[in-house]
Amino acid sequence: MLGICAAIFVLVGGILVISIVRFRERPDDDGVEPPQVYGSNPIELAWTVIPLLIVFVLFLVTTRTLIAIENATPPGDALEVRVIGHQWWWEFRYPASGVVTANELHVPVGRATFLTLESADVVHSFWIPQLNGKTDVIPNRVNRMWIEPREAGLYSGQCAEYCGTQHARMLLRVIADPPAEFDAWTKAQLAAAVSEASVQAGRDVFQSTACINCHRIDGTVADGVFGPDLTHLMSRDTIAAGAAPNNAKALHDWIDNPDAVKPGALMPAMQLGPTELDQVVAYLTTLK
Amino acid sequence: MAVGEQTMAMPAERFGWTAVLHEWVTTVDHKKLGVMYISSGLLFFVIAGLEATAMRIQLAVPNNTFLSPQVFNRLFTMHGTSMVFLVGMPIIIGLGNYLIPLMIGARDLAFPRLNAFGFWLFFFGSWLLYFSVLGGDGLYGAGTMPDVGWFAYAPLTGKAFSRGNSTDYWIVALLISGVGSLTTAANLITTVFTMRCPGMTFGRLPLFVWLMLVVFFQMLLALPPLSAAQVMLLFDRFLGAHFFDTQAGGDAVLWQHFFWIFGHPEVYILILPGFACASEIIPVFSRKPIFGYAVMVAATIAIGFISMGVWAHHMFTVGMTAGANTFFVLSTMLIAVPTGIKIFNWLGTMWGGKIRFATPMLFCTAFLFQFLCAGLTGVMLACAPFDWQLSDSYFVVAHFHFVLIGGLLFTIFAAFYYWFPKVTGRRLSERLGKWHFWLFVIGFNLTFLPQHVSGILGMPRRIYTYDAGRGLELWNGLSTSGVPFQIVAVLLLVINIAWALRYGELAGDDPWDAWTLEWTTTSPPPDYNFEDIPTVRSRRPLWDLKHPDDPDWKYE
Repeated sequence: MLGICAAIFVLVGGILVISIVRFRERPDDDGVEPPQVYGSNPIELAWTVIPLLIVFVLFLVTTRTLIAIENATPPGDALEVRVIGHQWWWEFRYPASGVVTANELHVPVGRATFLTLESADVVHSFWIPQLNGKTDVIPNRVNRMWIEPREAGLYSGQCAEYCGTQHARMLLRVIADPPAEFDAWTKAQLAAAVSEASVQAGRDVFQSTACINCHRIDGTVADGVFGPDLTHLMSRDTIAAGAAPNNAKALHDWIDNPDAVKPGALMPAMQLGPTELDQVVAYLTTLK
Repeated sequence: MAVGEQTMAMPAERFGWTAVLHEWVTTVDHKKLGVMYISSGLLFFVIAGLEATAMRIQLAVPNNTFLSPQVFNRLFTMHGTSMVFLVGMPIIIGLGNYLIPLMIGARDLAFPRLNAFGFWLFFFGSWLLYFSVLGGDGLYGAGTMPDVGWFAYAPLTGKAFSRGNSTDYWIVALLISGVGSLTTAANLITTVFTMRCPGMTFGRLPLFVWLMLVVFFQMLLALPPLSAAQVMLLFDRFLGAHFFDTQAGGDAVLWQHFFWIFGHPEVYILILPGFACASEIIPVFSRKPIFGYAVMVAATIAIGFISMGVWAHHMFTVGMTAGANTFFVLSTMLIAVPTGIKIFNWLGTMWGGKIRFATPMLFCTAFLFQFLCAGLTGVMLACAPFDWQLSDSYFVVAHFHFVLIGGLLFTIFAAFYYWFPKVTGRRLSERLGKWHFWLFVIGFNLTFLPQHVSGILGMPRRIYTYDAGRGLELWNGLSTSGVPFQIVAVLLLVINIAWALRYGELAGDDPWDAWTLEWTTTSPPPDYNFEDIPTVRSRRPLWDLKHPDDPDWKYE
C-alpha cells in the first residue's frame, strides 16, 4: 500500500514538476495563446479506469487483513483480560486467575491475550503502538481486541481518545513476560497484602480515613472500586497512570496534593497532617 | 414627484462614517455581504491561528508548563471549532455570495434579504461562541471556553462530565450559525437554477459555479444531522433526556454517527470551493481552458454523492463489525478516484500551456503538490488496519492540515490575490505576495510534515504534553519552528491588503486577461453588476469577445 502511494506520488509529482519547468511562459514569448485543448476522451478514460483498478486491488488487500484481525477467534490457550478505562487511569482484571491491578498490564510472551474493553465513564482508546491498532473503550459498550507480543519486554502506550483534562497522562505499560515469570507474577499478585508490624500506624491511618472508599487493599477493610487497587502497589513502576515514578517521595507529593502532580486528577487532597502522611507513605511502600 | 426629490417618507441624510456604517449594516447587496463574510472569516483566522501558536509553543518541548492542561484543552477545541465553522464556512459562503451572481450574469441573489439574515445569524453565532470566554460558567464561576474538542464526543459533553455552561456555548453558537448557512445554501441554489443570463445553460456554467452548487446541496443534507444531534444533546443536558447519557443506557456511538454524517460531508464542503477557485485560476494562468470540463463536473457530482456515504471511516476504531468497516473502506477508497481525476485534469490544463507564475498561480501550484500528499495520506488512512494504528494520532492531524491548509487555504490565498482587484479595483503587491507565498510554504511544510512522523511514533492527538525519551522532541520542535514563518507570512498579507487599498495599482476591468463574466464589468462592479445583462454562447464568453476568429462556441 505504501508502495502504491509512493509510486503515485512520484508519478503525479513528476508530471507537475515537468509542467512547471517545460510549459512556463518564457520572457521572449510572442504572446500567442497556446493550443486551446478542451480534453481528450482516451486519456480521461485511462486515468479513470487505472485508479479504479488500483482501488480495487487495494480494497481486496485491505479487506483480507481487516477480517483476519477483527474476526480472529481466541485460541484455546489465549489469556483473557478485562480492561476498564477510567478518567484518567486503567484498571485490569484477569477473570481466570482473579488478579486485579492498574495501569501496568502483564501478559505472557508467545500466547495471544484477548482484551475486553469497557469504560467506567467517557470514551477512551487503548493503544500500544508496537502491539496493536487502537480500539476505543466506550461506556455502555463492550469491545474486543487481541495482542500477541513475540518478544519479552516493556511496551508503552497511552489513551488515544480525548477524555478530559488529563487525557495526556493516561499512560499504559504492557510488560510481556516469559511464561515462567508471568506465572510467578500472577502468584505474587494473588497473595494477600503484605502486613508488616512496623507500619501499623500507617495502616491504621489508611483504614480509618476516606482512602478506603476508593481504594482496595486485599485482606483489609479497604474495599473501594473507584480508584486503583493498591494491594501490590509497589510491584508497579509508576503511579498516577505514568504521571509520576513510584517511589516514596512521589507518593508523598501525590497523596498530599494530587492536583499539583496531575492537574485535574479526580483524587482529592486527603488533608493529612505531616506525621500521618509520612506514616501512610511508609505503609504503602511495603505493599509489594 | 420627480426622481431624486427628497420627501418626508425618505430618511434624513447621514454623513461621514455613520453613513458608511449604516450602509454596510443594512445592506442586502451580495457583494457587500460577500466582503463581510470574508472579512469575518479572516478575523477569526487570525484568532484561531494565535490559538494554534500558543499550542505549538506548549508542545515545542516535553513536559512544558507554558499552558495548563485545562487551557490547552480549551484552545484546541476553540481552534478546531473556529477554523471549521467561523473561518472555513464564511469564507466559502462569502466567495460564493460575491462571485456567483457575477459569473452567471445576475444582478443579485434570489433572496437578498434572506442573504443578509443568513449573514447576521452567522455573525452573531460566531461571537456567541467567543462570549463563552466571559460568560461560560466554569467550575469555579470563572468564564471558560468549551473544552470538549471540536467534535464534542459524548458522554464527555454530558452534564456529568462537562459541568458549567461552556459546552452549551458550543452547541448554541453552532446551532445559530448553522441556520445561517442553511438559508444561504438554499438562496444560492435558487439563484443558480433561476437567474442565469440568457444562453447560460448548465453546460456553460463556470466550473466555480458548478462546484459551489454541489457544495450547497451538500450543506442542505449535511448540516441538519448536526443540528439534530445538538438539540438532542441540549435535551440531555437540560431536559433529562438520555440520548447520549451512557450512565442511563444512552449510546455514545450514536453521537459519533450523527456528528460524522455531518462531519465528513462538511470537509468536502470545505475543500470543494478550494477546487472551485483552482478550476478558475489554473486555466487563466496556463492560458488554456480547463481540461475535460464534463468529467470535472461529473467527478464533482460523484464526490458530492459518495461523500454522504463515507462517514464511519472516522469511526474505524469504535468496534463496528468487519462488514461495516469493509463498506466504509470501499466507499472511502472510491471517493479518492474522482478526487484524483480532478488533479489529473488540472495537470492536463497546465500541460501544453504557457504558465504565468503570478501569485495566484504560485499558490495553486503549491496546492497541487500538497493536496496530492494529503490525498495519498487519506488513501492510507482509508485502509482500516492502517487507520487502527494511526487514527487519533498526529498522522491524522498532519493529513487534515495538509488538506485544509495545504489544500483549502492555499487556494483561498490564490483566490484572494486573483479576485481582490475585482472587488476593490486595486491590485495587491506582487512582491509582497511572493514573500507571503514562499514564507508560508516553508512554514506550513515545516510545521506539518514532521507531524506525520510523530504520529507514526505513537503521539496521540489532543495531548497537552508528552514525556521525554520517546523520540518526539525533534519532530515537535521542527513543527513549532514553522510557526514564525506562517505568522510573518500572514502579517505580510494583512500589510499588503492595507497598502493596496490605498496605493495599489488600479486594476481595470480585466487585469488577468481572463474569460468569465465577472471580468466584463468594472472593478469594483457597480451595485447593479452589469449595465446590460449579457447573453453568452460558450463557457468562456470573454474569450469569444477577444477572439472573434476562434470562439469557443465553434468547438464546444
